[in-house]
Amino acid sequence: MVEPAVDLTHGHPHDDHAHHGPEGWKKYLWSTDHKVIAMQYMFTGMFMALVGGFMAYVFRMQLAFPGINVPGFGMVSMGEYNALVTNHGTIMIFWVAMPVLLAAFGNFLIPLMVGADDMVFPKINRLSFQVFFVSTIVILASLVVEGGGFAGAWTAYPPLSANETYNLTPLGSTLWVIGVGLEFVAFLLGGINFITTLMNSRAPGMRAFDVPLVVWMIVVASILFMLSVGPLLAGAIMLIFDQTLGTGFFNPATGGDPILWQHLFWFFGHPEVYVVLLPAMGVVIEIIATFSRKKVFGYRIVIFTVVATGVLSFFVWAHHQFIAGIDPRMANIFTITTLLISVPIAELCFVYIATLYGGSIRLTTPMLWALAFVAEFLIGGVTGIFLGAAGADIYFHDTYFVLAHFHYTFFPIAIIGTYAAFTYWFPKMFGKMMDERLGKWHFWLTIIPFNTIFIPLFVLGMGGQHRRISNYSGFAELARDGFQDIRVFATVSLLIMLAAQFIFFYNCYKTWRSGPKAPKNPWKANSLEWTTESPPPHGNWHPDEMPVVYRGPYEFSVPGRVDDYWPQNEPPQRDS
Amino acid sequence: MRPIATTRAATGIATGKLAVWWVLASEVVIFGGLLASYVMFRLGHPEWADAAAVTNTTIGAFNTFVLLTSSLTAVLAHQAAERGDGPKAARYLYMTILGAATFIGVKTYEWWYEISHGYTITSNGFWAFYYSAAGLHAFHVIAGAVIMAFVARDAAKNLELHRVELIGIYWHFVDIVWIFLFPLLYIAK
Repeated sequence: MVEPAVDLTHGHPHDDHAHHGPEGWKKYLWSTDHKVIAMQYMFTGMFMALVGGFMAYVFRMQLAFPGINVPGFGMVSMGEYNALVTNHGTIMIFWVAMPVLLAAFGNFLIPLMVGADDMVFPKINRLSFQVFFVSTIVILASLVVEGGGFAGAWTAYPPLSANETYNLTPLGSTLWVIGVGLEFVAFLLGGINFITTLMNSRAPGMRAFDVPLVVWMIVVASILFMLSVGPLLAGAIMLIFDQTLGTGFFNPATGGDPILWQHLFWFFGHPEVYVVLLPAMGVVIEIIATFSRKKVFGYRIVIFTVVATGVLSFFVWAHHQFIAGIDPRMANIFTITTLLISVPIAELCFVYIATLYGGSIRLTTPMLWALAFVAEFLIGGVTGIFLGAAGADIYFHDTYFVLAHFHYTFFPIAIIGTYAAFTYWFPKMFGKMMDERLGKWHFWLTIIPFNTIFIPLFVLGMGGQHRRISNYSGFAELARDGFQDIRVFATVSLLIMLAAQFIFFYNCYKTWRSGPKAPKNPWKANSLEWTTESPPPHGNWHPDEMPVVYRGPYEFSVPGRVDDYWPQNEPPQRDS
Repeated sequence: MRPIATTRAATGIATGKLAVWWVLASEVVIFGGLLASYVMFRLGHPEWADAAAVTNTTIGAFNTFVLLTSSLTAVLAHQAAERGDGPKAARYLYMTILGAATFIGVKTYEWWYEISHGYTITSNGFWAFYYSAAGLHAFHVIAGAVIMAFVARDAAKNLELHRVELIGIYWHFVDIVWIFLFPLLYIAK
């Protein structure tokens, strides 16, 4: 679709030192170039976003108009409804948020921002995508095997997930576990690359505190992922054995315990929230600094805060299990840690606002997305306080309030954060400038419907609406007219939001066809990726002109300078 | 040509070594999750001791000895590689692989004996953990031995000698996991 990515090795003067990768279709199988791999992750993730979005469309139609023949899908049976919501959650988190935010932008940005020509293990990087691609095929295959896709919710709680006589999807549920497990392996391989590349391959002169915050955050996220996913991998092995061999790890009848899975899952699942949140927060701070032409407020504080958040995120997992029969004394402890973790995140939001304060703000499309991220994520965070407190959570548990809450966190992360990053780095990735007017239409037609989808769902949740029901007309007290109208309103909003995404695709198409060529540094930003061609050639810089770093990435509006920005690689003597 | 990125070492530590330590960090939590689950269950099920009594501590101790000895030869291989003596390092690595093969052979006998006496993975919770944890460890032993064979093949030609140390670090980790597994699965009756 987007040709300039294919063109990376052309249009740039080569000499004997320049690297060459495989050409043509082989490039997409065997290229070790981090930019090609980033694009592969990006487009696979975006394709999966369409799959996940289609699922949301189908089950929202069923909820608003029970029993309707959904255009493009047909009648939705209860089993299909469960499979759709399960795989919508699974795909949006593991095959959209993770590959796009962490893998695609991590791959694209880390080497460029630290001034390296590639990852430190290019072949392992390629292997990471190949494993990820296989996992994508497995999860898609799980939807069409006999019995249908796994339908036990994305958290896969046993005994429903462990016993085929309960879930009725013997193949779908096992393929689901295998797919998720392979996906974890892919991100472990990628994560090791990210961490070691930042540690060892920084440009000469780049100290730890000269590294752009988005790189810090992606790497901290990779470390969090690596340290949290192990128990779930062990749990996945146990679950597969329970499913296929008939062991009883999660079966009380043979001395097992279904709650063990919940602990293993959420010990990973909660840090996972921060695994995807941190890259999005990093993207947002880059954009806010660039478009308010101001130094980031408290650069080091941000890093320490992020590390503190990461540490704390390992001690909050049981807040998902307040009604699972855990000891109330333990619930108290997890309430306290959960409320504590809102402190560093709130601090980051204040840092963003302080960075904006007094800046010379430019409301470009990426800046709109970045500001929307802060505003919308704030709602997600504040409603989390209700759910983090055990007392309130017992009432809200498994209602639409929970659902609206985590969509107010994950939508800003996975969709708003991605659009912010995509529109901001689009000129660097593809060498063309996107259309700002279409970009703003797309922005408003996404943000307004997003709020009108999920604010009504908070109301439903506070009314006690349980979230796992496919047809409310069977429940007289839940099918009251007011509630049904709210569901219809949310579904119509979703249709508008999905339709608005075509503006984005049209914008990409139009830009690819006739967009103006992007200069090296269209936003006048400081970090190293803006010092090379757009798009960067294979190897990123000419081997003899690898950048050397003299200062941090946020030296905007420095007094006494003519330009209001100061690239990291500009030697100091020129202006002093 | 190798990317410039692969030749840098801003931390002063070789990139390969850094990566191996991060791999081990991720492995620690995998085994940590499995073993922590096992320990919690074991504390709640004193009757599992009856099943544990069936395991053969003598054979387990012999395997522990074999694995520890193979770690010694891995160290000797590293020492030889440090001196630049590739062929000698390769010989020590092959001895380590021999240790791994012995370990797996003994393990196969053990499992064959236990399974043929009716103690299978589905028998009860103890046996489920016994086969899963030891199986996951055995998988790491086999994977390590295969990688070691490639490292040894190169080392014999004096190529990529730094890899001898990296596979050695991994091998010690596999060893240490067993040192946790042996008392938990065999000695605790």
